[in-house]
Amino acid sequence: MDRHREAYREEAQELLAKLEASLLELEETPQNTELIGNIFRALHTIKGSGAMFGFDDIARFTHEIETVFELVRDGKLSVSKELMNLTLSSLDHIKAMLDEAESDEISKSEIIHSFRNLLLETGNWKLETGNWKLETGNRKPETENSELETENPELVQISDSDFHKNVTYRIRFHPGSDIFTNGTNPILLLNELRGIGYCSVVAQINDIPTLEDINPEACYTSWDIILTTSKGINSIKDVFIFVEDNCEIDIEMIDETGSESDTIYKKVGEILVDRGDLSTDDLNQVLETKKLFGEMLVEEKKVEVGAVESALAEQKHVKKMLGGRREKPTASSIRVPAARLDSLVDLVGELVTVQARLSQKASFQNEPELISIAEEVERLTGEIRNNTMSIRMLPIGTIFTKFKRLVRDLCNELDKEAVLVIEGGDTELDKTVIDQLNEPLMHIIRNTIDHGIEPPNVRESLGKPRQGTVHLAAEHSGPNVFIRISGDGSGINPEDIRAKAMEKGLISPDAKLTDKEIFSLIFIPGLSTAKQLSGVSGRGVGMDVVKRTIENLRGTVGISSKKGRGTTVTLKLPLTLAIIDGLLVKMDEGFFVFPLSIVEECVELAHDDLNSARQRNMMNFRGEIIPYLSLREMFMVEGKNPAIEQIIVVESRDGRVGFGVDRVMGQYQTVIKTLGKIYREVEGFSGATILGDGTVALILDIARLVRCVEDKEVFSV
Amino acid sequence: MNKKIIMTVDDSASVRQMVSFTLRGSGYEVVEAVDGADALSKLKGPRVRMMFVDLNMPNMDGIELIRAVRSKPEYKFIPIVMLTTESQASKKQEGKAAGATGWIVKPFRPEQLVAVVKKVLG
Repeated sequence: MDRHREAYREEAQELLAKLEASLLELEETPQNTELIGNIFRALHTIKGSGAMFGFDDIARFTHEIETVFELVRDGKLSVSKELMNLTLSSLDHIKAMLDEAESDEISKSEIIHSFRNLLLETGNWKLETGNWKLETGNRKPETENSELETENPELVQISDSDFHKNVTYRIRFHPGSDIFTNGTNPILLLNELRGIGYCSVVAQINDIPTLEDINPEACYTSWDIILTTSKGINSIKDVFIFVEDNCEIDIEMIDETGSESDTIYKKVGEILVDRGDLSTDDLNQVLETKKLFGEMLVEEKKVEVGAVESALAEQKHVKKMLGGRREKPTASSIRVPAARLDSLVDLVGELVTVQARLSQKASFQNEPELISIAEEVERLTGEIRNNTMSIRMLPIGTIFTKFKRLVRDLCNELDKEAVLVIEGGDTELDKTVIDQLNEPLMHIIRNTIDHGIEPPNVRESLGKPRQGTVHLAAEHSGPNVFIRISGDGSGINPEDIRAKAMEKGLISPDAKLTDKEIFSLIFIPGLSTAKQLSGVSGRGVGMDVVKRTIENLRGTVGISSKKGRGTTVTLKLPLTLAIIDGLLVKMDEGFFVFPLSIVEECVELAHDDLNSARQRNMMNFRGEIIPYLSLREMFMVEGKNPAIEQIIVVESRDGRVGFGVDRVMGQYQTVIKTLGKIYREVEGFSGATILGDGTVALILDIARLVRCVEDKEVFSV
Repeated sequence: MNKKIIMTVDDSASVRQMVSFTLRGSGYEVVEAVDGADALSKLKGPRVRMMFVDLNMPNMDGIELIRAVRSKPEYKFIPIVMLTTESQASKKQEGKAAGATGWIVKPFRPEQLVAVVKKVLG
């Protein structure tokens, strides 16, 4: 914050100097509206930014002057000598406040008083019930009570007496059809609602016109939302604060569940009448016959299908909330042998393969009924897959806690003091990944304490606390989990590694390497910088094993270090091993799979662009120059290059890379099969998968592939 | 994924600095522009995902800028949040009419800034 305050101070000094010059100029040309505009803006900035950085007195004071100049700007007050004098002396005053000199309260109030007198004389002030009130003509009372605007939102919240009580609301959100044109994404608003409580959303799609009448830039959908939250109605209103002007939003409280009522919730008909979608007469008339109630209503054309669906959702939601309250104490879990889970995953894998076959067959035969069955199966398979995978997920904390003991024992052995701090222990990872993480993590923590954390007396002389800290943190990010192990020890000296690597002949003496490249040398077998071997580490085996293990899990290892400040090792791991979402592409007759998680975009290149890309191995991607690699060349696929090539742009460790392929087939649920022993050493593939028709497609290991090419380039240069 | 780029347009260097600092801390990339004209020229660079626009600026003010941005096909639907002060209720209406997605009132705290980004950019 101090940095910002300093920046503000400099800026304000500059603005004041400019203001002074403008004022003097204005005195000579009092009608110069552009000049007045400049002055007003400068004052405005001083005020606005002042308030941002805690110069509240400056903001309040400048506000007074700004108000006066607003009148000048609007032509309600003319530029007089008196006004000039007052403004100039108030500038001096702001300067004094900026320097945080002793604020001269008397002169400040004198200046404000004089300003007000000046306004009074010119008839711009009115006396109202003893208070000074300014009439600027364009000021409206503030109606919004947004959290964003209240200076002390805490105060607003606390006054809500129902703070911890769960209340269910019915929200009807009918966006204006032009909602997209001011950059609003209604889905984000729905997500925000989901964030504040338990939420059922039903989309109302009756207003969507037929395809030929659709304006793709208009919003035709509206939503009925049932939300149970403890945050109060204001937090719901805050969600819609930006859109309340051009959307219809009705928020109604339908159930105060704070009280333990066992009554059965209203019937669908009652809900519809309650909402005003149906009249009581119509309700009674329809009730005469005996069918499924919702169906009858729709048949009789009393209400739209969507309205019934929404009412049913409300009924279900509330029932669930009521039920949830009763059932809560008996939440239970079942213990299952891991082997049974593994076989379930295998079965799901096979199911996915069969489903792919079905989908392919269906689209091949082009029979609508079969296609719709295939689509249904695809959806269900996807859900089964996700469910099965989530069963196998375990919180990583289970192995993290084991390391507390490790740290304690190591410290005793090495006469050091350190404590292990764990964060994100509830982050979930596939069981097989977790099982294999034990060893690498142990190595890294050992290294951190053995090489990194200094003995307590050394630490004290460096001004660090006697006790070192090792952070072990896990965090979700997209399809990956990041695990960071950082110690506040001595850090790695790049020069030590460089010297050691030269000694071992791993790099040439004149090699120019960045720190990042030097750190990556740590993972090369046979490199250890510990001055003395200890029983714990320093044999130079370890980090290379860590790297290999993590790469076998399709993860990556990164390291960063600051000398004297400590080292951080980051492991990036995929959430799951068995099945991934892939992008299937075709080269001549062969199929390949890109992991979808790293694919950014697919673009086409034709003619000139393609030729120049092939010549230079670089391509232009939305104004950015990125490396281009042709899969055809890399894998020496036979056949002719197509006239138009599809480029898959992926996100790799060092930026984007474009891969040229013949055809993009589409998204594909990929069951990963490991390659046999003979192919294990082939670089650039992380496995293979079986397609619906029995063809084998190779799964590309993009990171490895890019590195391969890089290495080759280095050699050829 | 690459970091999303957010543009802050403000003639006050200290506000720009504060916005940039806060957003970079929350994992976004930030492009700074000093006024409307500068902002328009910088929009020709890498794709911007969201904009914070001050209303009072020299050369081209916030309202004009919002209109100009909305008229570009590639930025027609970009979330634009205007920075206003409490004395500009009418400006707020004008901004909305020009196509602003939302607003944030100065002075604001860093958390509020991040909350608004989450709200309109996701």
